[in-house]
Amino acid sequence: MTLEAALAIASAKPAGKRPYFLNPEVERVMAIAMAIAQELAVARTRVDTLERLLERKGIMTRADIEAFEPTPEEAVQRGLWTQEYIARILRIVQQEAEQLKTGGESELASEDVAREVSGDDPA
Amino acid sequence: MSETRTKPTYQGPPDYRAVGRHDVFPATTHDEIERFNFLAQMNRYLGTRVLPAVKTAFEQRVVPRVEAQGGHFSNRHDVRKALLKDPYYQTWSALRRMTMEQRQQAGRWVAVRQAEELAAKVDQVIAKDPGFTADASVKIPRYVSAVDHHCMPGSYHTELFPGDVSAAANYDSGLFATTGGMLGRYSDGGGQAVLQWVRRNLPDFKPRRILDIGATLGHSVLPLAQAYPDAEVIAIDVSAPVLRYALARARSLGVNNIRFVQADGADLKKFADASFDWVQTTMFLHELSYGSMRAIMRESFRVLKPGGIVLHVEQPQYGKDMPLYEQAMRDWDAFYNNEPFWSAMHEIDLDGFLINAGFEREQLIHGGVTAVVDREVFPDAADEGGEDYGRKAAWHVVGARKSA
Repeated sequence: MTLEAALAIASAKPAGKRPYFLNPEVERVMAIAMAIAQELAVARTRVDTLERLLERKGIMTRADIEAFEPTPEEAVQRGLWTQEYIARILRIVQQEAEQLKTGGESELASEDVAREVSGDDPA
Repeated sequence: MSETRTKPTYQGPPDYRAVGRHDVFPATTHDEIERFNFLAQMNRYLGTRVLPAVKTAFEQRVVPRVEAQGGHFSNRHDVRKALLKDPYYQTWSALRRMTMEQRQQAGRWVAVRQAEELAAKVDQVIAKDPGFTADASVKIPRYVSAVDHHCMPGSYHTELFPGDVSAAANYDSGLFATTGGMLGRYSDGGGQAVLQWVRRNLPDFKPRRILDIGATLGHSVLPLAQAYPDAEVIAIDVSAPVLRYALARARSLGVNNIRFVQADGADLKKFADASFDWVQTTMFLHELSYGSMRAIMRESFRVLKPGGIVLHVEQPQYGKDMPLYEQAMRDWDAFYNNEPFWSAMHEIDLDGFLINAGFEREQLIHGGVTAVVDREVFPDAADEGGEDYGRKAAWHVVGARKSA
């Protein structure tokens, strides 16, 4: 079986119309959020497994992690990573702010421009 | 607030790694196991932290709203329909449905990604062991094919390719997570429970031939085969793939006095009259229909020897003493987890069905059974006979003895 097929089959819908308890748009986002919550738990336990294995092998202790202090340069790198991360996640909020500033509701859509540039009387 | 702090005792499902593995149990990676662990904890959270507040919402919002409009609840369906309008019931229901779907996704990924290897292992067993009999004339009944039970895509019977057993492997791998380990390492708690009930209540019963109907993985009937090693046990199901898997599973667990036959319990013509001492179904009736249940009870009566017993293990019936709220909540699975017969099955007079099948009223059997706690999963569980501690699953047994 191909990976494509396995992925599709694993996530298949059961026979029977799916009930929605909330507004479907809300329930859809909630289902995606719960799947991400599950994957976050998986990632968190994997880190925990890693820490415990490193501790068992005498490479470090988990107390080392709690007591970890980055060097000033490391702290900057970590701060920059977090800034980049937040900017990426909140992209849509930033773009809505830009739209407010640059044109708001009066900004042209590509479809408007399409009519304009492909009309009988091109500018 | 108390000044003294005691070490918190863990209350919750066991780590999935406690699950019992056999030769055809699918392999699982670290992350696949953690996906199951998350789901077991989600189920616990929904059951212990969210569910109680649904009742609060019912009492504080739903009932006053309906009464203010001059309405009243005449049955559990009225209650459920009123609950559907409550935001907290909606949230609980949405989360519960999502958790069911996530469980299927997690298990199916595990099973499907290694479907070819699992099929090859089962093929090897089938090739040299005559313990599986296929019957291509058996049709998948409407009550199986119409909607996929408990949101399991393709149900028990769909093969992705000839010889595929991934549906069974998915079901097997997820049970331990879905039940939070309450059915034991090998998910055989239902069978252990009925066995314990029989030993306590029918101590002289020595079955020589046992028929299990709707066996799927055989997980509920294996304890019977193990307890009566001299008995011949036959496990049937309409679905062939799940029985092929069940054979390899049973043999790997060292159970050799059982064979698996593709057959519909509603038509047992391949078995002679008066040929079994014990006919068993475990958590099976609720997946049927009126017609099939009538036929299965008639056929069970026919194949039983005089003095033989039939036992059905199920969730408790909705009696008159069960509050409508509880009935409505128990009905959730019927309508939102694809168990369409669950609702009707739990309100009918099962005694009447048994009597119509030929059994005498004086020979009916009723009892309560609780799952036998698997101490390898819950080493600190309370002693047998002690009450519950939230770790025992409780069911009802209803059945009959055929007059000698």
